[in-house]
Amino acid sequence: MEPFTTLTSRTVVLPAANIDTDQIIPARFLTTTTRSGLGRHLFADWRYAPDGSRRTDFALNRPEAEGCRILVAGGNFGCGSSREHAAWALADSGLRAVISTEIADIFRSNALKNGLLPVTVDETVGGWLLAHPGAELTLDVAARTLALPGGRIVTFPLEAFARHCLLRGVDELAFLLERSEEIEAYERRA
Amino acid sequence: MARSPQTLFDKVWQRHVVSGETADTPALLYVDLHLVHEVTSPQAFALLRERGLRVRRPERTLATMDHSTPTLTSQVFGGLPIALEAARRQIEELEVNCAGFGIELLGLTHRQRGIVHIIGPELGLTQPGMTVVCGDSHTSTHGAFGALAFGIGTTEVGHVLATQCLLQRRPRTLAVNVTGAPRAGVTAKDLILAIIGRLGVGGGTGHVIEYRGDAIRALDMDERMTVCNMSIEAGARAGMVAPDETTFDYLAGRPRAPRGEARERALEEWRRLPTDAGARFDREIDIDAAGVEPMITYGTNPGMVIAIGEAIPERPGDAAFARALAYMGLAPGEPIRDRKVNVVFIGSCTNARLSDLRSAAGVLRGRRIAPGLRMLVVPGSQQVKRQAEAEGLDRVFLEAGAEWRESGCSMCLGMNGDVVGRGEYCVSTSNRNFEGRQGSGARTLLASPLTAAACAVRGRVTDPRELM
Ligand code: SF4
Repeated sequence: MEPFTTLTSRTVVLPAANIDTDQIIPARFLTTTTRSGLGRHLFADWRYAPDGSRRTDFALNRPEAEGCRILVAGGNFGCGSSREHAAWALADSGLRAVISTEIADIFRSNALKNGLLPVTVDETVGGWLLAHPGAELTLDVAARTLALPGGRIVTFPLEAFARHCLLRGVDELAFLLERSEEIEAYERRA
Repeated sequence: MARSPQTLFDKVWQRHVVSGETADTPALLYVDLHLVHEVTSPQAFALLRERGLRVRRPERTLATMDHSTPTLTSQVFGGLPIALEAARRQIEELEVNCAGFGIELLGLTHRQRGIVHIIGPELGLTQPGMTVVCGDSHTSTHGAFGALAFGIGTTEVGHVLATQCLLQRRPRTLAVNVTGAPRAGVTAKDLILAIIGRLGVGGGTGHVIEYRGDAIRALDMDERMTVCNMSIEAGARAGMVAPDETTFDYLAGRPRAPRGEARERALEEWRRLPTDAGARFDREIDIDAAGVEPMITYGTNPGMVIAIGEAIPERPGDAAFARALAYMGLAPGEPIRDRKVNVVFIGSCTNARLSDLRSAAGVLRGRRIAPGLRMLVVPGSQQVKRQAEAEGLDRVFLEAGAEWRESGCSMCLGMNGDVVGRGEYCVSTSNRNFEGRQGSGARTLLASPLTAAACAVRGRVTDPRELM
């Protein structure tokens, strides 16, 4: 995994609350056996009309969304299924961070494993971000801060271990494999 | 010195900590049972191959196929090719992976195959006090046995395959106390829908729920599984019910449950699991089961739920709410009752066990489904299917005009060929009514098997008590 230290980008905004993983990537695209190439199915039912044409009114299809690395969404983002395909599809589309007032547990964990930073903010900041699509933000993983336009800085929660893994680009499996003696000891006890 | 009182969750968690959490690192949690299916595992096996790793404890791992498998007998047993090419590849890949890594697979034509959360309990694999994980959020179902059971992502599936462990921060605990006797026509599905209505779809985030109280004690194991299944719909990671005689009776004689002396020893352990008197939860809520009505969802998340006789709520100024209702083709303030229904689906890991099929068949016996309505009955496992057929339930469904299929996830998520058409209304016994969940543009109304069967007879949203 690439180390993730800071990110500066404009935002693309999806104001709906409770955006579930079936919206992020519908189940019919889960028949893949690889993790790459899922970006083209991201939000498929919102991005494309039933005849396959692009819906020009959908935020991610607008020209100003080009190059945006930060997605701002309404509360309880990523609820529903455990499909890691949701995180893969977002990352494959070039997104590196998701901001919401609340992010569902399994999605959060999946995002972190794919270098996609889950950022939770309070209602005030969340409301401001939803109302200002295209705002330029800077995220700093080491400091756990989000810098808003005009210089205001807010902190966000990020677990120490997740932060360490992001900053170093370490993956958890390597860490787990190093603990095999402890695992063996547990198996003998149990 | 007396040990401080612990919750069921505390006890199961503590027994599985390989190394405790510190400020810098999460706990290392040992996994007793790892269930694997075809959709969320291919990339995990690929990870193992990339790194030259083996499966650490194949005997603690069981694989089956359910999500993308067809439910038409001709495709499962009749030698007809699986219609969906990509699904066929996924199924073959699981066969290759299980053979290569030494994992037991209950494959497409196996007698014990079924939806992963139905077969674990059915085989007696899921037991009190265990940790159970699977690359599927409804792993919470297994919590009905007093296990700590939760869904994980595919990268974590790889972690468990390789190390039998997961890195986890300790979640918070939430007690949902359910008391009182539910009225006739009110099922476990209605209880959990009412609980989700109270908590909201994000209300349980970061928590493990313990369902408690006399209304929960009175539920049989199938019903407890229905309740725990939908914990994730309230955002909770897991749901648990303390094991008791109901649990132990269910497990007796199951093929993979302990027997004889091993059972006696296990029972001694299992009886120590329930929450101690005086143990503290981080949060508690109370639900009066006697006040719960048959419930049905009207929106695009399971928290958008009302009693079947109620009108759809009005929330002026709430754009997301308006959008959800527009998707559903429903208007605020109008009754949900008597709305036209196109499809009825009885199935999924929430409500496709034998008792669910009996309950639906009870309504359909001697009746026909409404003209033009399509009804699909998909048993949760091949064993459920055989049992239902032995009781003649298949005849009841077929004579009523429904389709009777092989087991699988089917229309719960519409990735196997079973889909609801664009704009159609489907009363479904599954667990998610998200936009497009049952097919692009499909409109899902979640309800109990009783309610679903009543809706099939009338072709309209119907209170099941009218047909009982
Ligand atoms: S029945 Fe539905 S919810 Fe259950 S495991 Fe299958 S797809 Fe998931």
